[in-house]
Amino acid sequence: MPKQEQTVGLFVTCLVDLFRPNVGFAVVKLLETTGWTAVVPRGQTCCGQPAYNSGDRRDARRIARRVIRAFADFDYVVVPSGSCAAMIKLHYPELFKGERRWAERAEDLAARTYEYVTFLDEVVGVRQLATRYDGTCAYHDSCSSLRELRIKERPRALLGRMGGVKLKELKEAETCCGFGGAFCVKYPEISNAMVADKVADIAASGADTLISADLGCLLNIAGKLRRNGKATRVFHIAEVLAGMAKGHGIGGDPEPKGAPKEQPRLARIGNVKR
Amino acid sequence: MQPTADRFKENARAALADAELQKSLARMREGFVGRRSAAVERLPEFDTLRDEARAIKDHTLANLDFYLERFEANVAANGGAVHWCRTAEDAREAVLNICRLVGARTVTKGKTMIGEEIAINEYLEANGMTPVETDLGEYIIQLRNEPPSHIIAPAIHVSKSQVEAAFRRHHNNLAEGRDLSEPSALLAEARAVLRESFLAADVGITGANFLVAETGSVVIVTNEGNGDLTQTLPRVHVVLASLEKVVPTLEDASTILRVLARSATGQEMSVYTTFATGARREGDLDGPEQTHIVLIDNGRTRLLGTEFEEVLRCIRCGACLNHCPVYGAIGGHAYGWVYSGPIGKVLTPGLLGQRNARDLPNASTFCGRCEEVCPMRIPLPKLMRAWREREFRQPMGSPRAKWAVRLWAFGARNPVLYHLGARLASRMLRRRGGSLRRTARFPFAEGWTAHRDLPTPEQATFQSQWTGRRRAPGRMKPAAHLMSARS
Amino acid sequence: MTTSREKVMGDIRKALGKRAQRDEAAEAALAARLEEHAPGTIPARAQKSAREQVRLFIQMAREAEASVEEVKTLRAVPGAVSEFLAAHNLPSAVVVAPDPALSDVAWESRETLEVRHGAARPTDLTSVTPAFAGVAETGTLVLTSGPGTPTTLNFMPDNHIVVLRAEQVVGDYEAVWARLREATAAGPPQAGKPAGKMPRTVNWITGPSRSADIEQTLLMGAHGPRRLHILLVRG
Repeated sequence: MPKQEQTVGLFVTCLVDLFRPNVGFAVVKLLETTGWTAVVPRGQTCCGQPAYNSGDRRDARRIARRVIRAFADFDYVVVPSGSCAAMIKLHYPELFKGERRWAERAEDLAARTYEYVTFLDEVVGVRQLATRYDGTCAYHDSCSSLRELRIKERPRALLGRMGGVKLKELKEAETCCGFGGAFCVKYPEISNAMVADKVADIAASGADTLISADLGCLLNIAGKLRRNGKATRVFHIAEVLAGMAKGHGIGGDPEPKGAPKEQPRLARIGNVKR
Repeated sequence: MQPTADRFKENARAALADAELQKSLARMREGFVGRRSAAVERLPEFDTLRDEARAIKDHTLANLDFYLERFEANVAANGGAVHWCRTAEDAREAVLNICRLVGARTVTKGKTMIGEEIAINEYLEANGMTPVETDLGEYIIQLRNEPPSHIIAPAIHVSKSQVEAAFRRHHNNLAEGRDLSEPSALLAEARAVLRESFLAADVGITGANFLVAETGSVVIVTNEGNGDLTQTLPRVHVVLASLEKVVPTLEDASTILRVLARSATGQEMSVYTTFATGARREGDLDGPEQTHIVLIDNGRTRLLGTEFEEVLRCIRCGACLNHCPVYGAIGGHAYGWVYSGPIGKVLTPGLLGQRNARDLPNASTFCGRCEEVCPMRIPLPKLMRAWREREFRQPMGSPRAKWAVRLWAFGARNPVLYHLGARLASRMLRRRGGSLRRTARFPFAEGWTAHRDLPTPEQATFQSQWTGRRRAPGRMKPAAHLMSARS
Repeated sequence: MTTSREKVMGDIRKALGKRAQRDEAAEAALAARLEEHAPGTIPARAQKSAREQVRLFIQMAREAEASVEEVKTLRAVPGAVSEFLAAHNLPSAVVVAPDPALSDVAWESRETLEVRHGAARPTDLTSVTPAFAGVAETGTLVLTSGPGTPTTLNFMPDNHIVVLRAEQVVGDYEAVWARLREATAAGPPQAGKPAGKMPRTVNWITGPSRSADIEQTLLMGAHGPRRLHILLVRG
């Protein structure tokens, strides 16, 4: 435990903010029990990936400057998303390459920014967790976490420090799930083929739970699982570690008790086959 | 072949629905990935060699004029001829003239991507010659009159029964009762038929994996040996090579060769690597009487010196294709031209013009596997993004998509507006999803909901619930300990 | 009127911009780099004693589906060749490279073995050639063309037998280039140009011909020889 209160700035990410606030609260809860105070600057919105990957470099830079300013006063910044953390750590410096002042500020923020799992393992130094999760869990390595931030062992190690978790490796743990930001709506059939492979891989593993550290991947995979009528539980690793992984998680319970009948599915939308 | 790179979406859709193709792709994915990984593991120096290979090519590109001049001088010193061609038309003309001068009728061909690029086969046929592909995969697709679907395994999408059908249709002396149900029988048939072409050829056209400046040598790499029969038996050997194939020395070629086969097929070394320097010498009992090197630009100088220069390091190993999940879902034909997969996404817009291949750099999740396995360390996702940046800056592409991005960005720069919008969206989504926590339909989300449900939030936005709590660093009271976690 | 060459060169130089504006020192550095032809990283796996290199060569060649038979001296070659032919039900006839390296082989010691010297013909089923080197790193044979070593012997017949002496085995590719440069420097001077010294072809051969183009099924004997048999001569 740190001797005095340590403060960490929380970059919530736009997807967590909108689609799964539970992840944000789980991060805060776990950090606070280890003596870290989470502070959430109001000025944050998005890391700028959508603009950056769409080729809108100008907007990406504007957003980046805003993020850099919002987190200027924190010694540590934690991000519960591999892709957003990579955006800040690797791509912000690239966005300002050659411009001395902003390049320096970007490098500075990059050095203080941590993906959440990495932060817990390396900075907080969590060695044992009193929380428990009972289930056979498959872990999906998001492409940014794996290839940009080189995270592979840490999430598995952390899950291993909890009670109850039985880890089952996916045969294709490192294969892209087909989310890719705008890709999944610009090229839906290809994205569908990729996520279909991913859920088939999950089914083949026999795991009853799917965990990852990137909400984009989780929304994509959960959405496909539910469309296929699967009851696989889906959680962000933050929720699991904090003991806040209740029910079926993302995408809800396939058969919630007392819920109205499932909405009728559309057989066809436009020319796109399901 | 007529490029169809501008019809990527259609092509992809057709590919996804093609059951035979999907079977072949599944087979391919298993094989190449595992074998490459095993080969890499076996060579501890692999990553160092990749760095050196990259450095060799970067150095060569930075001094391309010097090395090409040196190469040319050494080719001439060995009695060969170099033909400089700016465009595909120039190259086709050069090849035709060489063939005409010797009255060529049958022309055998080793595997050459640049040959496909300049569409040399159609041109020779239109001028009364018979080009015969000798690489087994290329031969199969030549019979089927279709383009290659993979850089090193051009017929990967073809099943053995489809191969049999092609042979039966085109081979004159094939007895009906002959059993061709097994690949070994098909191979024997192809070997026999193509042997006749090898022997009858007046001109042999090959590509070049490398051009060695130091000696004026041309390097070809095959597993079949067809390239060697193509260049040794006929009277005339023609090499088609794009400008960036040159490397400085024999040692440089060896360094890059060490990463080539391992990346492509997972072999320690390809079966046949041949360094050819000039034509038949005095006393030689075999060998071509003439050698011609056709050096082709066809758009490379438009990439040299730009942000895309790094793509010219490519040695056409195909590793990026083998590891790409998008290629793995749709195969090579969907990319609409000679170069498919991640390399195709960067090269095709560069060589055909971005307007003719707009979708290609966009159809990627940037998963990064391609860059991870590229032996020449080409930053393919970065280059795809560079194409996206060019598209965004120009009046090209869907205006609706651009405005959506700009709108999002505008919101992202105005937190008050953004958070308000997020609260509204959250409310809409929650209402739609209800206690199911998901919906099968949501406005503007057809692309998503066509195939997946959309999970909906279980509570109001994080930011709206955080109000009143800590917004800025400073002295704070620690929160109550809710559970124990020891550091 | 600018020639094609001038146009392409012009485009290259324009694309390179400042990089193409080399001063004398820069030009000299480039020339020196060629003269020095420095090697890159050489894998450690073949940096071994000569004996271990031979052992590694045999192991790697066999992995690549070549067969390797050790014989004591050149005298054993005709017998080994006959045995190979018999073992594979092949006609007792070979075409041999008319090279001095094989001139000491007493073919007549095998009366039933038909031997022709020369380049390959379409009807030849088995060839016998010497080699320039064997590379332990990947079990690769290096064969150079010349009046006594026609290239077609390496590619046309169904079966290719190579007579490799143990002292021809080196560790890595760079050692082959070093030996080749030495060997060809021995020839008549060619105005100091390296170009004139390279043999017309240098074939690096690793196992027999193969293809996996039909449903990814690996098969031997695509166009080149379906069998590669190496006679490793110890003495």
